[in-house]
Amino acid sequence: MIIQAGMPSTYFTEPPHFRWLIILYFFIGGISGGALVLASLMRLFGRAEDRPLERLASYLSLGGAVISGILLIVDLGVPLRFWHMMIQNHTGLPMFKWWSPMSVGVWGLLVFGFFALLASLGALAAEGRLRWAPLRALANRPIAIFGAIGGLFGGLFLAGYTGVLLAVTNRPIWADSSWLGLLFLLSAVSTGVAALLLAGRWRRIEQPDTTAWLMRFDRITLLLELVVILCFLVSLGGVARAFLNGWGVLLVVGVIGLGILLPLVIGWRRLEHGARSVVLAAGCVLVGGFLLRVVVLLSSEQIHVLGTQVFR
Amino acid sequence: MSLALPILQQQPVAAPAGKAHEPMGFFTDTTVCIGCKACEVACKEWNQLPARGDGGAHLEMSGQSYDNTLRLSGDTWRHVKFIEQFPEPYQGRWLMMSDVCKHCVQAPCLEVCPTGAIIRTEFDTVVIQSDTCNGCRDCIGACPFGVIDINHVSGTAQKCTLCYDRISAGLEPACSKACPTDSIQFGPVQMLRDRAAARVEQLHSLGEKGAYLYGADPKGPLGGLNAFFLLVDEPEVYGLPREPKLPTRNLVRSTLLSTVGAIVMAAVGALTLRARRITQVKETTSPEAAP
Repeated sequence: MIIQAGMPSTYFTEPPHFRWLIILYFFIGGISGGALVLASLMRLFGRAEDRPLERLASYLSLGGAVISGILLIVDLGVPLRFWHMMIQNHTGLPMFKWWSPMSVGVWGLLVFGFFALLASLGALAAEGRLRWAPLRALANRPIAIFGAIGGLFGGLFLAGYTGVLLAVTNRPIWADSSWLGLLFLLSAVSTGVAALLLAGRWRRIEQPDTTAWLMRFDRITLLLELVVILCFLVSLGGVARAFLNGWGVLLVVGVIGLGILLPLVIGWRRLEHGARSVVLAAGCVLVGGFLLRVVVLLSSEQIHVLGTQVFR
Repeated sequence: MSLALPILQQQPVAAPAGKAHEPMGFFTDTTVCIGCKACEVACKEWNQLPARGDGGAHLEMSGQSYDNTLRLSGDTWRHVKFIEQFPEPYQGRWLMMSDVCKHCVQAPCLEVCPTGAIIRTEFDTVVIQSDTCNGCRDCIGACPFGVIDINHVSGTAQKCTLCYDRISAGLEPACSKACPTDSIQFGPVQMLRDRAAARVEQLHSLGEKGAYLYGADPKGPLGGLNAFFLLVDEPEVYGLPREPKLPTRNLVRSTLLSTVGAIVMAAVGALTLRARRITQVKETTSPEAAP
């Protein structure tokens, strides 16, 4: 398409090459954040029957945090300089900009990793796998409650900041809406629930009451996600035309249809009590959550100006 | 209610004592650009930037124009755009514009850079310190003009430095030095603005009523551009955004929405767990449940 007067100003920018490693980070980091939110909620407000899945959620969050860190470092142009995000290489002073989501995100991931580690050590201690007495204290009430409160904040932060990071650019779609942070947060929680349900089934530590609560929580989250995704599309205004292609089809069919509506239908039809339905619904949520990140990132990534033409 | 943030972290780095400078920049008069690309070559030579593609052995052809560079990038810090306006054969014009980093007074790239690699110099120019940048690419998406990109030799983000090394030594940047028509002029920004305003007046008096300055107004978008342009068509025609903005314009609103969502999710989780607990306590204490 030839460049024309009146085109949105965000079209005249270059894509930052946020591709598969970043998509994977957004997906795995989201699951990780969602899992720690669930572990913290179950720790603070749950009962003894919730403990097995709470512990599993803690392990999921720690695993996700480690993988997220590796993905982010490998994605850098000069990976060995990853520490420049935290320490100024010229002065040795801490590097932090509260108005830069990427800067805040690096520190946020670090804090999140600390609370995920605390939760996991507490879980290991509760399972009697830690022999050293001081570490066993991590399972006790004051430290565990402190860890759960920190984990709740850390998890919610990691779940949502990635969308804010995209909004604080000048790229088409990302910077044309303020809803991406909230959308990614809800998607992170729902994919966290889905991953926990699947992992619980795989480890055979499902508890009917906990599973029922997770399914109920997921339905509410998916419903909110559906509303927010519509708000996101409306807020794009004319830029939403960028979805009049294969990405739009993937968004409607894959993200909304498969990832939100189908799991909602499964839940509403009370099919969730069947183990197969739980697996089916959770699988759909995970695929939809992944596709959401694929569509949001790559649909914007492909828009660029070359010579006198705009490609989208 | 405005949710815009105040302009953040845009102060220049401390200039050496007694070496304070007035803002320096470029004025590019596109009406006298002949598309010779001498500026592109001079920039590449002085800054030792590689040729595109495989180093020049096989020249990449755009296939859409005589302009085969097509865009600014991590290894092309000057780019002469060829805009071919030929609605009918023998009727039309070529617009040429030597594009470059705008060295914005409120620089979006500097604002978001998470490593502090992007700094404002004592000349009020914006420079990426290559030994600090780690190639996170946040600045690429933040730049409203599509100026910055990764240099595949260094792995870091790179762009025009306004020849910081040359102007520190009292020399003119390589591109303006090489420009044979003075389409690219270098100097103190205020002096360039005065010169540019006079040129616009001259063009208007000659009948080119469409001439105007893009980015010269210090009260305009991004606090004005230290590298500004004289254009004779809409900004978009030259591949320039009509309303370049700071990326942090979305920060407050986006963060607020996410925070509200986070509170709602935490509350929903807590309430549904508490409700389940209350229901189960009621069930276990009800007379029917008693043995």
